[in-house]
Amino acid sequence: MSGLRYVYAICRPLEAPLQAQLTGVAGAPAKPLHHHGLVAVVSEVPEQDFTEDALRAHLEDLDWLAATARAHQGVIDALTVVTTPLPLRLATVFRDDSGVRSMIEAREEHFLRTLDRLSGRVEWGVKVYLESEGQESEPAAERPAPKAASGRDYLRQRRQQTRASEDLWQRAETFATALHEKLAAFAEDTRLHAPQNATLSGAAGRNVLNAAYLVPRDRSEEFVELVDRTKDDAPGLRVELTGPWAAYSFAGELPEEERA
Amino acid sequence: MTTPSRLPDTYGPSSGANLADILERVLDKGVVIAGDIRINLLDIELLTIKLRLVVASVDKAKEMGIDWWESDPALSSRARRDELARENAELRERLARLEELGLEKGAERTGRTLPKEAP
Repeated sequence: MSGLRYVYAICRPLEAPLQAQLTGVAGAPAKPLHHHGLVAVVSEVPEQDFTEDALRAHLEDLDWLAATARAHQGVIDALTVVTTPLPLRLATVFRDDSGVRSMIEAREEHFLRTLDRLSGRVEWGVKVYLESEGQESEPAAERPAPKAASGRDYLRQRRQQTRASEDLWQRAETFATALHEKLAAFAEDTRLHAPQNATLSGAAGRNVLNAAYLVPRDRSEEFVELVDRTKDDAPGLRVELTGPWAAYSFAGELPEEERA
Repeated sequence: MTTPSRLPDTYGPSSGANLADILERVLDKGVVIAGDIRINLLDIELLTIKLRLVVASVDKAKEMGIDWWESDPALSSRARRDELARENAELRERLARLEELGLEKGAERTGRTLPKEAP
């Protein structure tokens, strides 16, 4: 190999082989690199696309970013089927294999601890959306308000509109809080993420809850059923489930006892 | 239990994930390691990336239905017009409140009660 090394994940040695043609970013096959009882999953990437300047430019190209992100996630997904990978952040790049080996040595203990903590666990994403405000339940808010005849009329209309959307928000918040508490009680760990911007996700409605749950893989079916059962509980709200993901949201930080 | 075994692939890989779900994880979560190539993704929030993308390629973004910057007054003249409309509405509201206050004061002085509001 003569290009740079793109590292996707760190994991323990695989018992089952990786699928024969696991294509990574830039179309090159992803392969395991064994060192010190750990495995880095790497692929070769062309130097001209992955130097600092080239990367900075590429990250501003949505097509390139999307393709690279999907390829990165594709490799992580394939690994999640056969082991518990520690997913690295996009575009973690080394000059050569020896750079990757030094990195493993420097962080060996931390990797092993995190792998133990996450072993056999997957991440599920749950989002709650408030369907476009003023649907069905609030037909009055949808209709263009009749022209206010006076300042008093105008004020009254404004109050009604505000009250209707406050009710909707209150309901969404109550529902999201209850759902999160229920799922958190089932999961081993949770993270609340910032709500997604609808324009990037392309999802309809307003994102009011965006959370990740760490769940043992063999209890995933129960978790999915738990989420499914809540879906019809709230008219005007939509619950979306994604996963199973590698434990992205739980791999990046130090365990409890090492914080503070 | 720390021995990895071949796990059943019950649900398929990341089913239902959109591009935002994927970007949120690969850019913002996961293990952060400084490689030999230093690119500081830590400083790049999703919104910043979007802004840069959008500015780099407005047509492409519009094609994908991304037009949030159009409602940001700092970025769009149309948004500035909307901002004026909003200010206008606020002023109307203040005027209405003052009107109401004036009516009530007037009613107190003359001892008349205000007409009841329609339900």
